[in-house]
Amino acid sequence: MDNGDGKVRIGFYVCHCGTNIAGTVDVASVAKYAAGLPGVAVSRDYKYMCSDPGQDLIGEDIREHGLNRIVVAACSPCLHEATFRTATARAGLNPFFCHLVNIREHASWVHSDRAAATAKVYDLIRAACGRVRHHKALERKRVNVRPEVLVVGGGIAGIQAALTVAESGKKVYLVEREPTIGGHMAMFDKTFPTLDCAACILTPKMSQVKAHPNITLWTYSEVAAVEGFVGNFKVKVRRKPRYVNEEACVGCMECVDACIYKEPKFEDEFNQRLGKRKPVYMSFPQATPKVVQIDPETCLHFKTGKCKQPCIASCSRNAFDFNQEERFEDIDVGAIIVATGFKPFDPARSPKYGYGHFPNVYTSLEVERLVNSAGPTGGEVVMRDGRKPKSVGIVHCVGSRNLQTNRWCSKVCCMYSLKLAHLIKEHTHAEVYNFYIDMRTPGKGYEEFYNQLLEEGVHFIRGKVAEVTDWAMTPEEEGKLVMRVEDTLAGFVRRIPVDMVVLAVGLEPQADAQGVRRMFNISCSSEGFFLERHPKLAPVDTATDGVYLAGACQGPKDIPDSVAQAGAAAAQAMALIDKGYIEMEPNAAFIDSEECSGCKSCIPLCPYTAISFDEVTVKATINEALCKGCGTCVAACPSGSIKQNLFEDVEIFSEIEEVLANA
Amino acid sequence: MGFTVRQTIKYEAETDPGFAPLIKEKRGCEKLEACIQCGTCSGVCPLSIYMDHTPRQVILLTRSGFRDEVLKSNTIWLCASCYECTVSCPKDIKITDIIYSLKQEAIRARAYPRGFPIPVLAKEFYKMVRGFGRTTESFLVVKLLLKTNILAGLKMWKLGLQLVKSGRFGFVPESIKNRGQLQQILERVGEGNGTNGGPKK
Amino acid sequence: MSYAYYPGCSLKGMGRSYEESLLATFRALGLCLDEIDDWNCCGATAYMSVDEDKAIALAARNLAIAEPAGKDLVVPCSACYLVLEKTRKHMREYPDTRKRVCSALEGAGLRYGETARIRHPLEVLFQDVGVEGLKKAVKRPLKGVKVAPYYGCQIVRPFSNFDHQVYPVVMDRLLEACGAEVVYYPLKTRCCGGSLTGTIEEAGQRLAYILLHEAEKRGANVVATLCPLCQFNLDSYHESITRRFGQVSVPTVYFTQLVGYALGCSYEELGLGRHRVPARAALEGAETVAA
Repeated sequence: MDNGDGKVRIGFYVCHCGTNIAGTVDVASVAKYAAGLPGVAVSRDYKYMCSDPGQDLIGEDIREHGLNRIVVAACSPCLHEATFRTATARAGLNPFFCHLVNIREHASWVHSDRAAATAKVYDLIRAACGRVRHHKALERKRVNVRPEVLVVGGGIAGIQAALTVAESGKKVYLVEREPTIGGHMAMFDKTFPTLDCAACILTPKMSQVKAHPNITLWTYSEVAAVEGFVGNFKVKVRRKPRYVNEEACVGCMECVDACIYKEPKFEDEFNQRLGKRKPVYMSFPQATPKVVQIDPETCLHFKTGKCKQPCIASCSRNAFDFNQEERFEDIDVGAIIVATGFKPFDPARSPKYGYGHFPNVYTSLEVERLVNSAGPTGGEVVMRDGRKPKSVGIVHCVGSRNLQTNRWCSKVCCMYSLKLAHLIKEHTHAEVYNFYIDMRTPGKGYEEFYNQLLEEGVHFIRGKVAEVTDWAMTPEEEGKLVMRVEDTLAGFVRRIPVDMVVLAVGLEPQADAQGVRRMFNISCSSEGFFLERHPKLAPVDTATDGVYLAGACQGPKDIPDSVAQAGAAAAQAMALIDKGYIEMEPNAAFIDSEECSGCKSCIPLCPYTAISFDEVTVKATINEALCKGCGTCVAACPSGSIKQNLFEDVEIFSEIEEVLANA
Repeated sequence: MGFTVRQTIKYEAETDPGFAPLIKEKRGCEKLEACIQCGTCSGVCPLSIYMDHTPRQVILLTRSGFRDEVLKSNTIWLCASCYECTVSCPKDIKITDIIYSLKQEAIRARAYPRGFPIPVLAKEFYKMVRGFGRTTESFLVVKLLLKTNILAGLKMWKLGLQLVKSGRFGFVPESIKNRGQLQQILERVGEGNGTNGGPKK
Repeated sequence: MSYAYYPGCSLKGMGRSYEESLLATFRALGLCLDEIDDWNCCGATAYMSVDEDKAIALAARNLAIAEPAGKDLVVPCSACYLVLEKTRKHMREYPDTRKRVCSALEGAGLRYGETARIRHPLEVLFQDVGVEGLKKAVKRPLKGVKVAPYYGCQIVRPFSNFDHQVYPVVMDRLLEACGAEVVYYPLKTRCCGGSLTGTIEEAGQRLAYILLHEAEKRGANVVATLCPLCQFNLDSYHESITRRFGQVSVPTVYFTQLVGYALGCSYEELGLGRHRVPARAALEGAETVAA
């Protein structure tokens, strides 16, 4: 707003914030001091500037006194910059003529000497009034947001997120690396603490995904590249060849029966290598999509070219395509939900437990398959040597809470160990010993489940198992695995002979988490799980707008937590795309292309990959939608051709000069 | 036969608040307070079955300032320094080093039972090295037996005789040439309490 | 190849046969061991219990004496090996300690520079000679010798960097190269209780019993060790252990005695006659082959 005379007329307001500011800073004298500064037309102090009457004060003064700059000395801009800019805009003045000075966190809260704090505030408001006179009218730019959502990972989190978004009427692409969706949950037998059958509650959701008109499901596929920015991501998806036409195959399994290998011969990954499969196989009966695929590593045709290919002959739908090749799909999406899950800890890294050394030492995931009626033993808990265990020891915290392996608590192991203890006891009537460091059962119905297990006669020993050995001290120990442990509550060491040892392995980031992190331009916390924007208040957002997190890729989580987080991520994605556009803060950097020498030094420095090089003009260009206004390129540009709104040289230099004017 | 009762309650006044900080500032003992009481140390320890307090309990008692309880415990003397606990500890606590520090404290405070052979052996060993620069096992054994349990020594005459016959028990003490130099070095290093001197800069 | 050599006190006393067999074995392989001049006690276990700073100074003096030769320092005794490595580590991690110890050494005209690599003979044989090299040098394969490879504590823990801490295999490979049958032995790295046998018999002998009994159960007719204390402990108390815990009869020898025997060294050269439980019967198979 220009009153025609081109003169700067600043309205200055200092907030008492109750006693938060006024208790330490002499606000009346601040208002008086400000009144004497050049260009200040109005200066006031007020009890709560953020209150409605406080905001109205600004509007009234703008209209009455023809103010064209506003400085509010109050709390942090994080809290109320938007409030005062909006109040300014309501009165018809461009909101970027309003500037906030933080005299609470920067002065009153951190000082006790009233005079010194007040003097510091003088300096701060002088600097603000100095810079605000150079402010320009700026516009927020609108960027359209595409309505499609990409969900990466088809475990329970990805499934839930995809279904939620799809139900809202938006289109979803669900990309899963494995041949089927379902993730780890599909491998579980029962779920704690209610002991519902995992498949019974999961597979209906899997079918819904497959059947949903708004979901495009690509399994055995991986995201290969991501470009673009919030609302406008361009994604390349690699679809690996399964040598079977997904549209034609109905999963009748005739081909599996017909395969040249009469007996399953190859290690079955889905069953944790406890069972066998053929080169043509389906991971499990409810696999989604319900189609077979061929493993070229084991298929005789691929290995020797000398197979009669009875599979082809057996297929009435002509679904086989041995010439299939890897292909790529390019899609445009507005938002991305990363739900890539976790990896179980490899217990070979804790050699004292003898995994891989003693055949009767199992991981928890292996035991999930053993107790599952669709598993390799048809639900019989029998060990690798064919015996049914009479005694079983379950070791908690394997790989977790340990500086030599993973330092974090994996959160779910106590509960799933209780579940496995119950299931093993139910299946085998064996004596079951749980060895724990601390029993962690915080969750609805979890403590009650622990109580149930105690009453079922499962043994609980508080102590981290020191070693699993096969040397006997007593006749009872002969031929057994001996677990040596301090019973820390009793205060002495015990040797407990068992037939079977179950290692409750912790959860860790996927092996390729770092690559995925780079592809989606998100961060990892120090342990390698994907980092949320704020640990409490933005748990599904990431530092990159438009990319959200769901499930155990963000940290160890059980199924209820994963599902809840998936819903939250879906809601965040929908909030973004449903509006249809986003407004960009105008404090972005821009290039004065006259000056740009095309040296490209800014390009690798940008943490948000917002700068690209225009080969035609031979100059750098900044994508305003990606720029977060960090200023790195501005400082680095050797020719000084990159500038930034609200941080132009003249604004910053006058701020510095004024803050130091009394120094 | 009746049974006697005794109180096991501990009053806060019985603790020594300076004890944990004293141990913590010794070399290798810095992580004393990181213990989560998981018992791995006791579980791997081949000698914990003879200890009055398990290694885990020694860490807990040290941390809590039960100085006398710890220094009088047989645990610190049963430790054969095999380092199983140290390499197995999930929190990287160097339990063996902590036990060494406790041994040093116990010797300084004379907090072990009279005639208890291990600290006696340690001291004789120490004296012999100071004097000769080397140890001679035959002399060490004889000294130890004289100071602790002569009878036990006599019972072992067969082993002793065999050792003499096989040339493994010498009658001339081993010694270095430059004893003066060694004594000078040891003196200069000073009374050693193993203090870590603060973190590495 | 030539190495600096720190024997330590035990190898001049109870562990005499370790030194004899080590020297004979190295000689047979064309390796030279130069005993460092005027070395002193390493400052091990018992000493460290009294005064750790002085223990570090003792070890540092040995290292300072060894360094000028510019050779790797071979340390056969487990306790010495550990104390020297521990001294290295403390000198690296605690500048205050380093300053004090270095200035004490300098006052006596010695310089601690942390240049010599500390190596165990096991490591030297495995890395510098190699399994294949050793195989070629074998003159009398240890046929029919069933050996339990016993590493004990202080070589694998906590500082060893040449083998696995839980499942070490270097000695297994070397003995196999010599033609011996290495039995499965789950107690490879369990403590023998050696530092207690002289003082708390019950505890020390129980640990020895467990080791010997398990070796016999696994079919071994000899236990191979690499530490003078272990050898003494496992060799000296058979009668008492048998009375207390149960029958044991298996002999315990140094791994260098077995390797040296395979290389053709004589019984006497290797000091095999010095032990309490004779190993002659266990080695008989090998002798027949040679004859």
